[in-house]
Amino acid sequence: MNMRKIVIIPAYNEEKNIGNVLRELKECWPDCDVLVINDGSLDGTAPIAKNVPGVTVVSVPFNSGIGVAVQTGLMYAKMHGYHVAIRIDGDGQHNPQEITKLLDPVMNGEADVAIGSRFLERKNAYPSIIRRIGQKIIASLLSLVIGKRITDSTSGFRVYNENAIDLLCAYYPVDYPEPEEILFLAKNNFIIKEFPVSIINREQGKSSITAVRSAYYIIKILLVILISILRTPIIKSR
Amino acid sequence: MILNIPIFQWAGIIGSLVLIVFILDLVRRRKLGENYSLLWLGIALVFFLFSLSKQLLLYVANVLGVYYAPAALFLILIVGLYMLSVHFSLIISGFREKITKLSQESALLKEEIEKLKENK
Repeated sequence: MNMRKIVIIPAYNEEKNIGNVLRELKECWPDCDVLVINDGSLDGTAPIAKNVPGVTVVSVPFNSGIGVAVQTGLMYAKMHGYHVAIRIDGDGQHNPQEITKLLDPVMNGEADVAIGSRFLERKNAYPSIIRRIGQKIIASLLSLVIGKRITDSTSGFRVYNENAIDLLCAYYPVDYPEPEEILFLAKNNFIIKEFPVSIINREQGKSSITAVRSAYYIIKILLVILISILRTPIIKSR
Repeated sequence: MILNIPIFQWAGIIGSLVLIVFILDLVRRRKLGENYSLLWLGIALVFFLFSLSKQLLLYVANVLGVYYAPAALFLILIVGLYMLSVHFSLIISGFREKITKLSQESALLKEEIEKLKENK
């Protein structure tokens, strides 16, 4: 069966990066359908993306956060009958050539969701030691809770199969979606696998998580993880 | 008998009556939904009852182990307001979810319409 694939790129004020990201993506994957979710950007993100041939843009009416943007993309995928959704960030930190690393295991049924990890192989330098420690704490706790080793809980480089798309359309975490998504999928007995990817340092713009907010972020994410333990899965058996 | 009522009690009686009238008037003018007004009216009514009957207040204060009876009144009021705040947070969370769903559907429909227009 021919599996229909779509690349979903959530973007908020990424006018400096989105053009390059789309061009690179189209060079490696000329036939792939590409969807940009413009999350209420105040800059030229949407018109720039629309100008790239073969790119669909869906604009959420106001900035609603990455979780809402990604879920909107997954809803689009479901609506239009796609079997596989590939999510990459709009800032150019993910190398589109590495999509196959995540796509293949999902296509051959090895995993329901494949996640690109920056830390599985120790070749990526990380900009801030504080953030690295924070990442480590979150990843360790998450691994403990789901009983499976996760090294990069905040990675935005992910591939989902059809079942995962269905589930995440029904519910998608809002505030700190990346780690909670792993937890939610694991709780519903989905097979999650990490694969090493390289990272390209952000070309333009700032990360949405600054160093100052890191501590606050960690405390909140710990709360989110602890509360998630108490929740019952949506899917009872799989 | 009226003269025997201490001033704080008068304040309580009048204050809660004003509150009840105020809420009812808001509902009458359709500024406040009936279902949201019920909790407010309940709190005002409890406050009114305690202001009216000193015995009731003293009894509750005694049960709660509060020495100064008017303090018990404030305690009841604070608990009531706390419950009300949680109630509102619940409503707001529900709204957020609905707004999100609406914005997502409108975004997807808008794209659909644009596509249809182009294919015309």
